[in-house]
Amino acid sequence: MSALLSRMSRRHAREAPPTAALGIVLIAMGVVAPSFFSAGNLRDLALNNVAVMIVALGMTLVVLTGEIDISVGSQFAVCSVAAGMLAKAGVPIMLVPVFVLALGVLMGALNGLLIGMLGLPSIIVTLAMMVAWRDTLRWTTDGAWIQDLPANFQWFGMSPEAAQLMIMAVGVALATSGAWALRHLALGRRVYAVGADAEAARLAGIDPRMVKFGVFATTGMLVSIGAMLNAVRFSTVPSNAGIGFELQAVAAVVVGGTAITGGRGTILGTVIGVALLGAIGTALTYVGIGPFWVKAIQGLIILAALGGDALFTRLARRAHLPARAVVAH
Amino acid sequence: MNIAEEPVVLRVTNVTKSYAGVTALANASFDLRAGEVHALVGENGAGKSTLIKILTAAVEYDGGEIALNGAALPRLTPRQARTLGIAAIYQQPALFDQLTVAENIALGTENAGPLSRINWRQRRERAVELLARVGAHIDPDSDVCDLGMAQQQLVEIARALGANARILILDEPTASLSKDDADNLLRVVRELRADGVAMIYISHRLEELFHIANRVTVLRDGCTIATLDMCDVSRNQLIRLMVGRELTSVFPKRVVPLGAPVLELQHVGCRASGVSDVSFSVRAGEIVGLSGLVGAGRTELARIIFGLTPADEGQIAVNGAKVRILSPTSAIAHGIAYVPEDRRRHGVVLQMSVTENISLAALRELARNGSLDVNREHDIAVEYSRRLGVRTASLRSLVATLSGGNQQKVALGRWLVTKPKLLVLDEPTQGIDVGAKSEIHSLMMDLAEQGMAILMISSELPEILGMSDRIVVMHDGTVADVLDRSEATQERLLARALQRETREFTSFFAAANER
Repeated sequence: MSALLSRMSRRHAREAPPTAALGIVLIAMGVVAPSFFSAGNLRDLALNNVAVMIVALGMTLVVLTGEIDISVGSQFAVCSVAAGMLAKAGVPIMLVPVFVLALGVLMGALNGLLIGMLGLPSIIVTLAMMVAWRDTLRWTTDGAWIQDLPANFQWFGMSPEAAQLMIMAVGVALATSGAWALRHLALGRRVYAVGADAEAARLAGIDPRMVKFGVFATTGMLVSIGAMLNAVRFSTVPSNAGIGFELQAVAAVVVGGTAITGGRGTILGTVIGVALLGAIGTALTYVGIGPFWVKAIQGLIILAALGGDALFTRLARRAHLPARAVVAH
Repeated sequence: MNIAEEPVVLRVTNVTKSYAGVTALANASFDLRAGEVHALVGENGAGKSTLIKILTAAVEYDGGEIALNGAALPRLTPRQARTLGIAAIYQQPALFDQLTVAENIALGTENAGPLSRINWRQRRERAVELLARVGAHIDPDSDVCDLGMAQQQLVEIARALGANARILILDEPTASLSKDDADNLLRVVRELRADGVAMIYISHRLEELFHIANRVTVLRDGCTIATLDMCDVSRNQLIRLMVGRELTSVFPKRVVPLGAPVLELQHVGCRASGVSDVSFSVRAGEIVGLSGLVGAGRTELARIIFGLTPADEGQIAVNGAKVRILSPTSAIAHGIAYVPEDRRRHGVVLQMSVTENISLAALRELARNGSLDVNREHDIAVEYSRRLGVRTASLRSLVATLSGGNQQKVALGRWLVTKPKLLVLDEPTQGIDVGAKSEIHSLMMDLAEQGMAILMISSELPEILGMSDRIVVMHDGTVADVLDRSEATQERLLARALQRETREFTSFFAAANER
């Protein structure tokens, strides 16, 4: 039992700090404001964060390969507005997600092409894309929101309760299948190998360019799913959707214990990261701290996560003893 | 001028240095007199580079003493070494490409505070003056990246002189120069010697040394073997001193019946990596040693065979069928495995576990419909780590925590899983301890016995001689010679590896002396 525990703790050492932090926040809320745990609040918390979480799943893959994608917020906006425009143009509501999904994959694939195939730096490519998509959208919509949507746009025409359940179910399904894939698919192993040492991966017969292309395209797809699920919660689509999503997604990934240099991290960590940042945001409002402070405090948490990781790595390096002379069993 | 009467400016006494338990310098001693050119020779890995790094304070030494002008030196920083007048010029110039010649010279010589104003006119004049001293006609305002290799070297020497260098270390300065440029550089060296600058001169071009050096120190296995007057020694004597080592370790070489050719190269070349017209073959069960100096194109050839820098000339055949190897993936598909040099960097993924490293090249086989068979992966990791005797606390341990020899076994194990027909090993036992070394040698022998073809790059002549059935000597990107096991000796291999330089320079100096 203790052996199992120690193995668990070693395997999940990187997720331990955010889990502990989440625990502290939840316990504090239990003492200070028990109404935090009302069913309604928990449901709102989940619904408000499911889109960020789905985007953060993609961001986890990107960061694991040692890259970053800061165009996810703009991609999110393009997908949201496209969903609204398609629905308004009379496309059947059940076909809208198909088109939006294709659009997301295309935008992600474009990033992947420039970064994976041409070897351009991801921070610059996605910065350019972030601005390009955002301004294309502004030019197309003149900044106007998409209104007068067909009645069956909101909640896909289902009852709100059923739709909300479905949205959460999709989120859970994506997170679990993502976690499973990273651990159990050969593809997942390749993502880690490329992030840990791209040249070593190449020498082992893995093509880092294809892997990077793949994670960016996958991220585009996940962004479009998140955007779709988010858009149908309302009766209008704001043209400024997804502002700041890139920061929130990167924050959740980093806080969740994924190394910003790539190669280490898990989906579980990212999910915990999203939960922690989401819970803190709501918790601060509950105890009466203004929304402007929320962002500042989230920023501090990101710094703490990065600093903690650097410290952890340094300590681990110091403790790097030569392996005990035990022949592998 | 009689060098023996000149004062000793630098004395190195019994200096030792080891990197992570691997001895680089065991006992190096020599002295450098004012106004002499002192040649330093030795095989790859004899300790020359380490000694230079110690003198320029790029690395710290473990034991022994270094004295400058009779006074023992404390541990220095690179900056202090420069201030004391010790400067090194490497084969690849270390200048700032995007800055002008005058700026580069100023960076090494001016000693101004961060806020002091730059006197551009003075800076330029100083550059002109220093460049004139090395006989270089170079515009001080040109960007360094626009200069050729030879001119860059002269700029470096000018910079060193500007910093009042009294001891100049030249590491293979002529290796990448044309004959005329090399000629000019040697003239500069002679002039500096006349000015009283002491120089340590490292070169594989032995003939060059006979014309430029006053004395020579031979290093072997990190020890000083001898210091001789250049006029008292012959070329063959030098080579004997450089290699003159008994085959100390016993190699587990067995005679294995050879099968059909697994790899055949015909006139293979790749312009980008400087390899041309390479032809030889490796048969099943055969170990072919690839010998030559560092920079002769051995690793580059291995990278061509593995598809990392695909060949653009000639033909490659695997198992008798012509193939085009354009990527590592296609090389692996043809049954080729490559364990690269410098495993700490790319042979293994340090941040992954032993198991994950062993399965990394075989993910395709281990995955059914994309899903990894984790149980089989574990079984394979157990099997191969046991076969190779990998010593690790657990198969889940990160490879970073293993010793060098065990990391190398993991790097090898990864490829054995793919059951390759041809195994290319680049310096398979470099920097690992004796025990692990002989384990890897036995393993290579077992694999050959099972019919695997092995191509082994090694800078260690005893290893090449002890393990190979045939030896391909490379020089300057092409094959200089192919020797059978029975006809190869250390002297012969080194003579072959050095041969072409010798021929060029013999004719060159013959012409120069007539003049």
